[in-house]
Amino acid sequence: MFADYSMSELGAIFAMQGFAGLILFSVFVLMALGLAIIFGQMGVINMAHGEFMILGAYVTYIVSNIFAAYMPALFSMYFFVAMILAFIASGALGLFVEWAMIRHLYKRPLDTLLATWGLSLILQQLYRSIFGAREVGVSIPDWMMGSLPLTDMIEVPINGIFVMILAVTISVGVWIMMYRSNWGKQVRAINQNRVMADAVGINTAWTDRLTFGIGCGVAGVAGSAFTMIGSTGPTAGQLYIVDTFLVVVFGGAGSLLGTIASAFSISQAQSIMEFFLSGSMAKVLTLLTVVGILMIRPQGLFTLKLRK
Amino acid sequence: MSDENSIPKSNGVSRRAVLAGGTALTASLFMPKSLKASDFSTAAVNTTGLAVTDDTVTIGILHSVTGTMAISETGSVQAEKLAIEQINAQGGILGRKIEYIQEDGASDWPTFAEKARKLLVNDKVASVMGCWTSASRKAVLPVFEQHNGFLYYPTFYEGLEQSPNVIYTGQEATQQIIAGLDWVNKTKGAKSFYLLGSDYIWPRTSNKIARKHIENFMEGCEVVGEEYYPLGHTQFNSVINKIRLRKPDVIYAIVVGGSNVAFYKQLKAAGIDMTKEAPLLLTISVTEDEIRGIGGENIEGAYACMKYFQSLDNPNNIDFVKEFKKMWGDDMVIGDVTQAAYLGPWLWKAAVEAAGSFDVDKVRAASPGIELTSAPEGYVKVHENHHLWSKTRVGRAQADGQYEVVFETAELVEPDPFPEGYQ
Repeated sequence: MFADYSMSELGAIFAMQGFAGLILFSVFVLMALGLAIIFGQMGVINMAHGEFMILGAYVTYIVSNIFAAYMPALFSMYFFVAMILAFIASGALGLFVEWAMIRHLYKRPLDTLLATWGLSLILQQLYRSIFGAREVGVSIPDWMMGSLPLTDMIEVPINGIFVMILAVTISVGVWIMMYRSNWGKQVRAINQNRVMADAVGINTAWTDRLTFGIGCGVAGVAGSAFTMIGSTGPTAGQLYIVDTFLVVVFGGAGSLLGTIASAFSISQAQSIMEFFLSGSMAKVLTLLTVVGILMIRPQGLFTLKLRK
Repeated sequence: MSDENSIPKSNGVSRRAVLAGGTALTASLFMPKSLKASDFSTAAVNTTGLAVTDDTVTIGILHSVTGTMAISETGSVQAEKLAIEQINAQGGILGRKIEYIQEDGASDWPTFAEKARKLLVNDKVASVMGCWTSASRKAVLPVFEQHNGFLYYPTFYEGLEQSPNVIYTGQEATQQIIAGLDWVNKTKGAKSFYLLGSDYIWPRTSNKIARKHIENFMEGCEVVGEEYYPLGHTQFNSVINKIRLRKPDVIYAIVVGGSNVAFYKQLKAAGIDMTKEAPLLLTISVTEDEIRGIGGENIEGAYACMKYFQSLDNPNNIDFVKEFKKMWGDDMVIGDVTQAAYLGPWLWKAAVEAAGSFDVDKVRAASPGIELTSAPEGYVKVHENHHLWSKTRVGRAQADGQYEVVFETAELVEPDPFPEGYQ
């Protein structure tokens, strides 16, 4: 298939394809981090993860409209405000949901699956009632759309770079919180031995709530960022949920490094196969490979050593 | 409009020929505008136990107002309600006001079938305006055929179907595709095409027809790539790179749903400026409704090929747009399918009046040849095969989310749901 092209063309295409893979990697990391915290650290299967993301997207939509109406001069900067508010809104909803629903179900993990799935339906209908069934168009500041032409052939999408920077920032932020902060220590202690953690005076109920809230908040930021590359509608969250679980489960629940490694391998595999095969075939092969590897290694790529 | 650009089509037909052929048509033309119910006794116009009383007739509306498809189907519901209200304001059908029972298909195909059965068996509705996706139509089809219901289906679709119990008010694939491809070839000199779509029956069948037409009927033209992505796919960077590599003259895109938004945003972000037309983008899946989600600035310059655009400049359409916005709000947009849904109640009214009866068998017999001169898209006529003769148009997307119509076929395009040479 490459016989007709010159070397420089091929070089440019491979460079851009590599970059496409990196963007996909960043998207996966952003999607999966929030779930990795919730599923990995708390064992809660949050089927409403996509809806928390879309809440972030709707917050972005509202903020963009407010800026356009009242502060048009600052419009080019609204996205940063929107991301912070998205974190707060999704995080607050997460805290509330944990208090109202999740905490009653910690001993029944399969029931959380059903309950959060129900929650996702409720949220979808809520978005539909408030924002309408149609997708909303979020206007993105001009400087974030378009591309940087590096050479004649190679053009790098600016929103791709933005997503990559954001993914790195949030990953580092989550890593610091999990491994360098008091809260992170408590979360990991609870994860390893809940009874002992309780006994040494850790407020496990509050830590759980905070963990869930932060996981949801990160989802909200991801949703906010995805308004640049995807759609914002009541059911748009469903588009992300499968890939998100795929990344987290394949990486090994409980391991942030695993999530990132799995996001990297899945995104690269998919992006390379998409280039050589058709889109649907690439997806099928990716899923098959992941299923195959999980059959051999059910615990995922990386696991924490735990004493049970 | 641009007559010098129009393509004389072998299967086109002149309006005069249509008029000469219509028999039921003459009946509807000379029918007085307002009919009194007392002229038509209920026993005479309803011999099969439908929900018809001395002053009302009940029909069904069956669309998804919840679930994924609510995005698309809301416009159809609104258009159908507007048409019903307008018909009632004119005195109804055979002197009877239309009442409707609305059921929610909930974007779930078995639910559609169940609700269709409820409408036909329990409510005895005289006809149903409904369905949107092909999957939902396929699900209700056996129900309509078993209970002899009558469905008006609004969406442009892949063809390959012709049920005695359905009138298809949207275009079937060949009507929508061929004129657009010929246009882009003749006026833009396009020779190479990259076909792209979401992975299900409509895009695949449509692209199959497009490929056959490009390879067999368009001289010197070729397909340089054909590609499908799962529904809901949100990452298109790889295919955009492939398109760059193949350098086609035209990207022929049939991407649907949430994928649409991702596709056009990423295309723009990747530096493919559609206003430069290199490559040119031609789609058959983006109506004004979809542009609201995509954002006009992200799709500006792309071409769409369908039978109706909100910006059509004719008195029928100007009225229709005004009434639609009056009823549903100024921020509404009207896409191709919404307009086709609006035709449903009107076509049914014309057929019932031509038949002088609500009986499904008589309405079916009267349907071929029924014409509407008041359609927002202009003039339409029901074909023997239950699809509509209609013009096909090409519009260019503007930053404000509307299309500027740049081409329309000179003649009505004949519906051909089972195209020979395209299978």
